[in-house]
Amino acid sequence: MNFRAIWAIYYLEMARTARTLLQSVASPVISTSLYFVVFGGAIGSRIPEIDGVSYGAFIVPGLIMLMLLMQSTTNASFGIYFPKFIGTIYELLSAPVSFAEIVIGFVGAAATKSIILGLIILATASLFVPIRIEHPFVMVLFLVLTSVAFSLLGFILGIWAKGFEQLQVVPMLILTPLAFLGGTFYSISMLPPFWQTATLFNPVVYLVSGFRWSFYGLSDVSVAVSLGATAVFLLVCLGIVWWIFRTGYRLKD
Amino acid sequence: MQPIISVSHLSKTYDTGFKALSDVSLDIRPGEIFALLGPNGAGKTTLISVICGIVSPSSGTVTADGHDIIEDYRAARSRIGLVPQEITIAPFETVWDTVAFSRGLFGKPKNPAHLEKVLRQLSLWDKKDSKLNALSGGMKRRVMIAKALSHEPTILFLDEPTAGVDVELRREMWEVVRGLRDAGVTIILTTHYIEEAQLMADRIGVITKGEIILVEEKTELIRKLGKKQLTLQLQKPLDAIPASLEAHDLELADDGGSLLYSYDTQGERTGITALLGDLADAGIRFRDLQTKESSLEDIFVDLVRKS
Repeated sequence: MNFRAIWAIYYLEMARTARTLLQSVASPVISTSLYFVVFGGAIGSRIPEIDGVSYGAFIVPGLIMLMLLMQSTTNASFGIYFPKFIGTIYELLSAPVSFAEIVIGFVGAAATKSIILGLIILATASLFVPIRIEHPFVMVLFLVLTSVAFSLLGFILGIWAKGFEQLQVVPMLILTPLAFLGGTFYSISMLPPFWQTATLFNPVVYLVSGFRWSFYGLSDVSVAVSLGATAVFLLVCLGIVWWIFRTGYRLKD
Repeated sequence: MQPIISVSHLSKTYDTGFKALSDVSLDIRPGEIFALLGPNGAGKTTLISVICGIVSPSSGTVTADGHDIIEDYRAARSRIGLVPQEITIAPFETVWDTVAFSRGLFGKPKNPAHLEKVLRQLSLWDKKDSKLNALSGGMKRRVMIAKALSHEPTILFLDEPTAGVDVELRREMWEVVRGLRDAGVTIILTTHYIEEAQLMADRIGVITKGEIILVEEKTELIRKLGKKQLTLQLQKPLDAIPASLEAHDLELADDGGSLLYSYDTQGERTGITALLGDLADAGIRFRDLQTKESSLEDIFVDLVRKS
């Protein structure tokens, strides 16, 4: 294992974040915090509690999950797409580095950034709404699994994309709607029966539900099913990454 | 002598169906400067890209210092440094960071003294904290060489290293390349500047349409394929070459003002004495004469045209 190469890639990516703190950290923290201000402070006080949890507190896990999905995907996709775009990918491909090491470097950095952002947002949320974490270990497990899984998705996206527009397609046109319709702002038990069933095909439901359970013990689906679904998604992404590197898809030709 | 790079029956066909390399076999000797010449699209960059691991070969094998580039890619690649044709560097990093990154990528421990030596050698030391987007084109190209040298490779590929750089910088780079060769680094360079190959290379390879058509020692190549030309400037222009001189295969030039005679320096007889005698017999007088040896460029153009 070329640990120095992994560290070099990881350090390079983290240094990029440090160079762009406003864009990488301040922007997602501020935009997510606005939800707490609006829904937690202003509108939330007029919405009844859900299963004994104030509306402002209820949406915190979903909002953190929304941010995690978006940031993990965009950070990892940009991380690998940028070297492709400017041509420095040659250096990765000609170095004595295995594909697994490249993935660990890029995905590790993207996931680290997302986890740090998640924790900052959690701390920020606690300033606006009362939060309790009943299952901290599960909370951290979801935080890590989701960050890694969606960083892998972002990595795949970055390899696949041929332009900046394609890079934006998945986060904006697929992830955002899935997150908004995945129970971020409501419990799916509040939906009509047909939509309760339909929404179970949305993978984000399992992430939000499991993550919310780790906070308040409330879930739309069993936490074991949520963890299982997250693990399956992670494995599917790993499988696709393995295939990309085995075939050199959009990298070696 | 065991070759440091051995390419055997290498072919590459891209997904588009374009055959970039066709059954290429080539050995590079340790410590030499090998110049790979070829017109645009001949397959020079594809060949380098396959050896360095950037492009997958369709068939054939390549070893670097005895290590297969696919089966034993870590050992093979750790010996190779690559300076690609295009200037490709992350614009917002500093010179030091990008060179240190390259060294780390090759699994080498930090060695500030070596990086300093490389940067000083390339006249980049005073720019080590500058961002790459603030550097001139020539400096960026030197940064790419510094990156390639950061992990102390024993084989260095330079793909058009002096394309688009000014004459002064080109000469500086030649000095750097010579210094590296003197330090034991094997150098493979592709170039469009025949003068560069003529000045730098120990051996020359010519590639065209994906095939290596010639590999030869530079001096031997010039000796074997080079020709000399005698130019006779006539006192009175001729309308046509007289029949008595047809055997000499002369050419008329300068609107009949000069006669050109090509001959092989390696031949047993050059035929010059007989020609001068026949000219005198024909009453043709000349006011000046000069000889010119064909350059590597003439040889290259001739080879590619014939292939």
